[in-house]
Amino acid sequence: MLLAVLSGFIIATITPLAGKLFRSKWSVGLTAVPLALFIYFLSFIPAVSNGQVLLFNYEWVPSMGINFNFLLDGLSLLFALMITGIGALVYLYTSSYMKDDPGLDKFYGYLSLFMSAMLGMVMSDNLFTLFIFWELTSISSFFLIGFDNENKESRKAALISMALTGLGGFFLLAGFAIVANITGTYTISEMMGSGDIFKDHPLYIVIIICFFLAAFTKSAQFPFHFWLPGAMKAPTPVSTYLHSATMVKAGIYLLARFTPLLGDHIYWNNTLMIVGGITMVYAAFHSILKKDLKEILAYSTISALGMLVFLLGLGHAEAFIAMAVFIVVHALYKATLFLITGILDHETGTRDINRLSGLRKVMMPLAIAGFLAVLSNSGIPPSFGFVGKDLIYSATLHSETLAIFITVAAVVTNIFLLYSSFLAGIKPFAGKLPSEYKDVHMPDWRMWVPPLICGIAGIVFGIFPMLAEGSIIRPAVSAIAPEVPEFHLQLWHGFNTVLGLSAITIIVGILLYVIFKPNDRHNAWMNKFESFSPKSIAAGVNKLFMKFAVTWTNLLQNGYLRIYVLTVISFLTILLAYKAFTVSSLDINLTKISALTSAEVAVMVILIVSVLYAVYSPSRLAAIAAMGVIGYCICLVFIFYSAPDLAMTQFTIDTLTVILFLLVMYRLPKYVLYTNKLIRIRDAIISLIFGTLITLLALEVHHEPTNKETTRFYAENSYALAKGKNIVNVILVDFRGMDTMIEIIVLSISALGVFALLKLQLNEFDREI
Amino acid sequence: MKQLIFRTATGFLLPLLLLFSVFILLRGHYLPGGGFVGGLIAAIAFVLHAFAFTLKETRKLIKINYRLLIPIGLALAFFSAILPMFKGLPILTGLWVYEPLPVVDMVGSSLLFDTGVYLVVVGVTLTIIFTISESA
Repeated sequence: MLLAVLSGFIIATITPLAGKLFRSKWSVGLTAVPLALFIYFLSFIPAVSNGQVLLFNYEWVPSMGINFNFLLDGLSLLFALMITGIGALVYLYTSSYMKDDPGLDKFYGYLSLFMSAMLGMVMSDNLFTLFIFWELTSISSFFLIGFDNENKESRKAALISMALTGLGGFFLLAGFAIVANITGTYTISEMMGSGDIFKDHPLYIVIIICFFLAAFTKSAQFPFHFWLPGAMKAPTPVSTYLHSATMVKAGIYLLARFTPLLGDHIYWNNTLMIVGGITMVYAAFHSILKKDLKEILAYSTISALGMLVFLLGLGHAEAFIAMAVFIVVHALYKATLFLITGILDHETGTRDINRLSGLRKVMMPLAIAGFLAVLSNSGIPPSFGFVGKDLIYSATLHSETLAIFITVAAVVTNIFLLYSSFLAGIKPFAGKLPSEYKDVHMPDWRMWVPPLICGIAGIVFGIFPMLAEGSIIRPAVSAIAPEVPEFHLQLWHGFNTVLGLSAITIIVGILLYVIFKPNDRHNAWMNKFESFSPKSIAAGVNKLFMKFAVTWTNLLQNGYLRIYVLTVISFLTILLAYKAFTVSSLDINLTKISALTSAEVAVMVILIVSVLYAVYSPSRLAAIAAMGVIGYCICLVFIFYSAPDLAMTQFTIDTLTVILFLLVMYRLPKYVLYTNKLIRIRDAIISLIFGTLITLLALEVHHEPTNKETTRFYAENSYALAKGKNIVNVILVDFRGMDTMIEIIVLSISALGVFALLKLQLNEFDREI
Repeated sequence: MKQLIFRTATGFLLPLLLLFSVFILLRGHYLPGGGFVGGLIAAIAFVLHAFAFTLKETRKLIKINYRLLIPIGLALAFFSAILPMFKGLPILTGLWVYEPLPVVDMVGSSLLFDTGVYLVVVGVTLTIIFTISESA
């Protein structure tokens, strides 16, 4: 199982090494990986449909409770099958769609990374690995959206999606931390047994807010939905795979997975219903105003995601059944429509819905696939979509609150969705073939077979719903709802309200399609509201933030070294003064201080003289020399108090500092007084206060009873454990070796920095960027 | 600074200082010293030479690119850190050869680590000082 989940990571590491192979026609061979995984997961159906929950445990960091605990129940199996099944089709499709792209190997690498991350996420039973995989899906999505990295728009879209889903990720981590704290375990399946401890917990609201923000950003719910249409800048296989069929459903998965723990609470249900409801109506309405095929599909995807969240919010078993069915329905028809869009774009070079028509004459199999997808999307019998829509309507009708209102919302959404599916799946193929497309021909089989398979699957499940029912839908629902009533998926329920609603949906939708044509006027009309849209608001916030950052940086990083020093010293002075006079009462006892020896007095006199000389000297070089003298005097003090290591280091460092100063200052122009008297007095006062405070602090520290435990530990153990007699050195290379390791890395970085600053000559081109 | 005395003295001082720096490095585990101080002393030796002659002469003297000392030192320190992991011990555990040598006394992986520190310090100090003096 571990190998199955991580196989994509392995491929992602191999692809750059064997780039040439994966760019050639052999790239199609990679399809075997998701296909094998799909078959592998299919083999678990018998066990899971019997109600078994399979656990696979692999240790990773057991000391911190982070392990690869994989859990396979109905819900994760449903997602795993979707990820690998659609994955296999997308891999196949990609090998033809992107066959001339020089970055095909990279593309497969990212795609495999994503597939593994997604599989890992839906299988994880451990909060930490769930979080890691969740973030990995965001990261791989970033690379895939920005795959065309020379295009500014796609870079921007990638950044927006990364920022939003990353924001959600932070909240997820916070939510997980609280949950783990309350239950005392990182394992989800163990939490499930802990019962209702969350619902009365004071932190319940905080937890669900965290979860909601994570799920809503990932699954593009209003008002975070705007990254998804932008993400359509990605190549079509990515839009199909990540941004309609799988990744955007990660948020749905998260909510579904934690429904037994956190659900069935008024805040939980109502929030999901309201947010999901707004999203589904809002996005469905937008989808009918767009002309670009991919945009239409993007908004209808957002709408479908809203529908799923909405169904989760309804919170009764029937709604969960509807949700599980709708996940499958949506994945199948949306993948078909996206793949078709990709082919149309590939062959005709346009995605403008008003320019495409009559293509059935040259692409019959594709027209059939599109027609089948539309059947399922609009819920026309005998498709699986019809089964799904009936379930949705009966779920909304049986809701305890506002049944009529939410049913109307669902019907309206479905009418819009039907309209947009007609636009995407029928419009390009119906009518007359424009002369410019006479020479358009069928693409390679690797491109048209995948959408056809998806389209046919949507019908097969519709005619034989029992195929899906026991095997996957029922186990999936039982993972969400504690008790699942006996149910049977059927195509025909007899004449009832639900059938009436379906009929209304279909008739009104088709009428709308006949009457209403999307054109630029509608778009222009929508654009008037653009400044209120969440996207513009987010952009505004972003701009403000940038402005603030610039102002703040200019304030602190003003480029004057003396101001930096002044800021640091003043801040420290205030902090110390506050500490010294409020928190602890100053308690200085001079009696403990040992008497001065004559040598010390001599050093002290030299020190004071050289300090004064450094301050008053009119020559820069003389001041530097005086500073050197001060350094050496301090070395002497160290020697007096038996710290030879410190003295040696201080001595060498001081020597080098003086040399460095000399090198830099030697070339400077002649010494000029830049400051007036007032500034010098100000500086003197600040330095005096600071010096006094440090002195007081030193005396205060001397008075505190020192804790000799650390010293004793090193003294006792440095020879016993590390075989060294020089404690300072033993600490450096052994006890705190990791610190030293990091310190030398820091040193190296600073050397690199100096070298880069002084030696790197940017040419004109680089400077402009 | 083209004084004859200074130059002649440097000719003797350079090897002496370098030897001294290695000595300081090796005795570090038992007596005052160690890789950090040792590295600084070695760096000072070269800087002294650069002052007495010219930077070009010092470069010729060092022969290899002194900037290379940084990655070499880092690699050495890192290698000594992960060495115990091959024996199944936690990272940075000290490994020892149980045969005392003169001056160094017992040799362990911490000496290797300290040598890494020494090389990094020499490399960093020379890089910074030489880069600055070249472009000043």
